Amino acid sequence: MGTLEFTYLLEGLRWTLVLTAVGFAGGIAFGLLVALMRVSKSPWLRIPAIGWIGLFQGTPLLMQLFVVYFGLPLFGFDVPAWAAVAFALTAHASAYLGEIWRGAIQAVPRGQTEAAEALGLPSRSRMVDILLPQAFKLSLPATVGFLVQLLKGTSLAAIVGFIELTRAGVIVANQIYQPLVVFGIVGVMYFLMCWPLSLYGRHLERRMAAGISK
Amino acid sequence: MTLDFSVVTNAWQALAWGVVGTMLLAVFGMALAMVIGVGGVAVLRAQRRIPTLLVTAFVEVIRNTPFLVQIYFIFFALPFAGIRLNPTITAILALGLNGGAYAIEIIRGGVESIPKGQTEAGLALGLHRGEVFRMIVLKPALKAIYPSLSSQFILLTLTTAICTSISAYELTSVGQRIEAETFRSFEVYFTLTGIYLVISLLTMWALAAIGRRAFAYPDR
Repeated sequence: MGTLEFTYLLEGLRWTLVLTAVGFAGGIAFGLLVALMRVSKSPWLRIPAIGWIGLFQGTPLLMQLFVVYFGLPLFGFDVPAWAAVAFALTAHASAYLGEIWRGAIQAVPRGQTEAAEALGLPSRSRMVDILLPQAFKLSLPATVGFLVQLLKGTSLAAIVGFIELTRAGVIVANQIYQPLVVFGIVGVMYFLMCWPLSLYGRHLERRMAAGISK
Repeated sequence: MTLDFSVVTNAWQALAWGVVGTMLLAVFGMALAMVIGVGGVAVLRAQRRIPTLLVTAFVEVIRNTPFLVQIYFIFFALPFAGIRLNPTITAILALGLNGGAYAIEIIRGGVESIPKGQTEAGLALGLHRGEVFRMIVLKPALKAIYPSLSSQFILLTLTTAICTSISAYELTSVGQRIEAETFRSFEVYFTLTGIYLVISLLTMWALAAIGRRAFAYPDR
């Protein structure tokens, strides 16, 4: 494998990072909305959120990519491939992050809500100033864990035909007939991106466990 | 925009066989994952340096690389090792290795959750070693990890869709064949998504029912 092929893989790697970043950023924004709807007292907000989470957690990410990729043009949205994939990843991430943060919001001790009520804080301030900051801290290890999952998930864009790291690997492997070398290198590249994140997530988890047992 | 779902309904038999293929991949993959999981935990508990290092490296590599890259690697690596397997067997192998890494983590957590005093208490009550292991160590440990293993099984079932990339026999590859013949991509994948949703909801419900029956004994 020469410099040319390696550069091609790096080009794919760049798209993997772009997809992950867009999907994660979009997922954070919409995931917060899903989480807030999910913990709402109103069934009109809560039930759609439950359905949304169940839909994305109960179907393969690959199907979600396919449906969005082929569905958007049918409904008149003529978007480039990367945008369709990023859109699907955003929706996917919003459901998973929504469920993670739902758990975190509900894990904040009830006394916190009661204290905020006793202080006469309006419900908006109770959520924004009291519950969310604590929930954010609680949810960090799982959120980092999902980021790793999302980064790995972007590889499925390869099956749709989008050229990110894995697809670039397939193309190079077909060109130079050395699939083991190429997929080995591609695997190492993913590992170098994911492993530090996983270690960081575990570090956060351990620190939190230590804090709780204190 | 006109949607035509008749191409999907006409192919219901092929799709039904696809569902069977998917479930078989998931079940055999999970069985292999459990074997790897139990074996891996046994190796970790023996606390020998080199084997522990190897198992830990295996878990980290699998957990930090995409399944698609793993399945490609295995698919192309096996022939180099002089082994020719059909894609479906290769898929089961890949699913088992992937699921095995997660199973090791889950089972280790379960075994560590049983305090040593519990074994000692059982022996003090005059139970045999076998009875102590079965009723006092194994059953509560299984009960503790059963929910995690159930989610892992559903996750593995959804992961089988990726096996279409090496043309293993399962629901998604059946769908891709219908798509290639009819060009009705959206209708095909929309239907497949619905079928997967039903599969995971039914599996979740069945596993919960089994869990309630298998682990019904007072623990408080």
